[in-house]
Amino acid sequence: MITPPSSTPFSYVLGLADDALVSAQRMGWWISRAPQLEEDLALANIGLDQLGQARNLLTYAGELEGAGRSEDDLAYLRDDRDFRNVWLVERPQTDFGVAMARLLVFSAWQAELYAALALGEDPTLAAIAGKAVKEVAYHLDHARRWVVRLGDGTEESHARMQVALEAEWPYVEELFGPVDGAVVDPVALRDAVLTTVESVLAEATLVVPQVAPARGGGRRGLHTEDLGYLLAEMQHLHRSHPGATW
Amino acid sequence: MSAEVSFDELLADDGRVEPRDPMPEDYRRSLVRQIAQHAHSEIIGMQPEGNWISRAPSLRRKAILMAKVQDEAGHGLYLYAAAETLGVDREDLLDQLHTGRQKYSSIFNYPTLTWADVGAIGWLVDGAAIVNQVPLCRCSYGPYARAMIRVCKEESFHQRQGFEILHTLAHGTPAQKAMAQDAVDRYWWPALMMFGPPDADSPHSAQSMAWGIKRFSNDELRQRFIDMTVPQAEALGLTLPDPELRWNAERGHYDSGPIDFTELFEVIQGNGPCNAQRMGHRVRAHEDGAWVREAASAYAAKQAARAAGEVA
Repeated sequence: MITPPSSTPFSYVLGLADDALVSAQRMGWWISRAPQLEEDLALANIGLDQLGQARNLLTYAGELEGAGRSEDDLAYLRDDRDFRNVWLVERPQTDFGVAMARLLVFSAWQAELYAALALGEDPTLAAIAGKAVKEVAYHLDHARRWVVRLGDGTEESHARMQVALEAEWPYVEELFGPVDGAVVDPVALRDAVLTTVESVLAEATLVVPQVAPARGGGRRGLHTEDLGYLLAEMQHLHRSHPGATW
Repeated sequence: MSAEVSFDELLADDGRVEPRDPMPEDYRRSLVRQIAQHAHSEIIGMQPEGNWISRAPSLRRKAILMAKVQDEAGHGLYLYAAAETLGVDREDLLDQLHTGRQKYSSIFNYPTLTWADVGAIGWLVDGAAIVNQVPLCRCSYGPYARAMIRVCKEESFHQRQGFEILHTLAHGTPAQKAMAQDAVDRYWWPALMMFGPPDADSPHSAQSMAWGIKRFSNDELRQRFIDMTVPQAEALGLTLPDPELRWNAERGHYDSGPIDFTELFEVIQGNGPCNAQRMGHRVRAHEDGAWVREAASAYAAKQAARAAGEVA
């Protein structure tokens, strides 16, 4: 049976793949650096889930493009101007409060996004999202529990969690910005995502930051300076041995 | 064990000692030392391999490596839990690690300089660990023996993954093959030293054997590892860096060259290539996470107080 060509744009799937890939790359930093051993396990698990989502999405993006590019071609052989992820996921996250603030926002957004894609008309995307939505529910729960513990923990943790939140908040709006050929309209996710996040912040006794959004531009290939370093590290070995099999 | 069966009778009968059973204080202390050192090795061992997560050369390899390092964290957890059945707590054991009063396996004081080192660690280091640990599945202390059954299953999987990484490299480009050979050259001798000093110089061995904690001597286990590994190296098409390695039909074992144990003692004394780095990384992670652990305790206490308030 011949499947009719999907009308889903390559660039749209690539953006979602890059969000997951870059987030997984940052998450991997935590393995051996977490505040306790249970958390090394949990963050590795979350990173692995995100990497799995990235691999499925990259493979599918490669099929949509039709130029024969594999997941590794797309991950390792594109420069930063060709990456389509949002700024939220690409900056370093070496503070646990920042990591949890970011994961809260990102997983709340992914939860809504994947739930909508799972019901969509593109069967491949629906299958990928259908698996991912279950994983992301766990990520959101994990982030929620930590944000509440840290927000409502000690005076120090409350202050640090609020600072972390202020640092991440400028990058929230880009998640809802317009994307050409979006299968799920990003703006349509905004209310549900913010409702989820804000309810967690209330439980955590934290205040919703009042900060101006960052400029963004990741969906158009305009990134922070941080992405270049992330990719240099991630890609260097693969690029040092052109055509090699690993 | 029932009250009328003594510790010695139980050992003589190859029985298992359980946490609530009476046991000599020296036996308990020796087990705590060994299990803690094993647990510490698992968590320090996350670092040399974790070093390549960000740079893994394909997404498939990255996923496998993340899962593997995650397994090491899991092994650390089971082992700390096994130690806790002997009346110590993880926090205290970690403190002893961080202050240098308890050790971890010296093998993790070597750097992972290339991607092939990830393969060499899986093949040789996990391979040696399995040879050491399989007999521990029959260790006289029940919780440790049971933890080791699961650990060994996963280690065996890791060993095959390491072999497969090296196999791919050894059959790849000339640069990849050279990378694989270089990693094996650097990890072979340190892997042999994982079995500890020669039997004649092993301070804890005789007592551990008498207690049924240790089942085979250091030299017996080392020989077993060499016998197992030489044919695997041949299958990989890589050489082991010991010109004296050859089959001895009379003994039914491979003969091998002398091991430079001064190197092992240097590394144990803290003068390995990465001792300070591994410890610094571990202590920094622990200190950087202090505020998080304190917050979790404070939150749990608040929740308990709130629940008590609601009940009252």
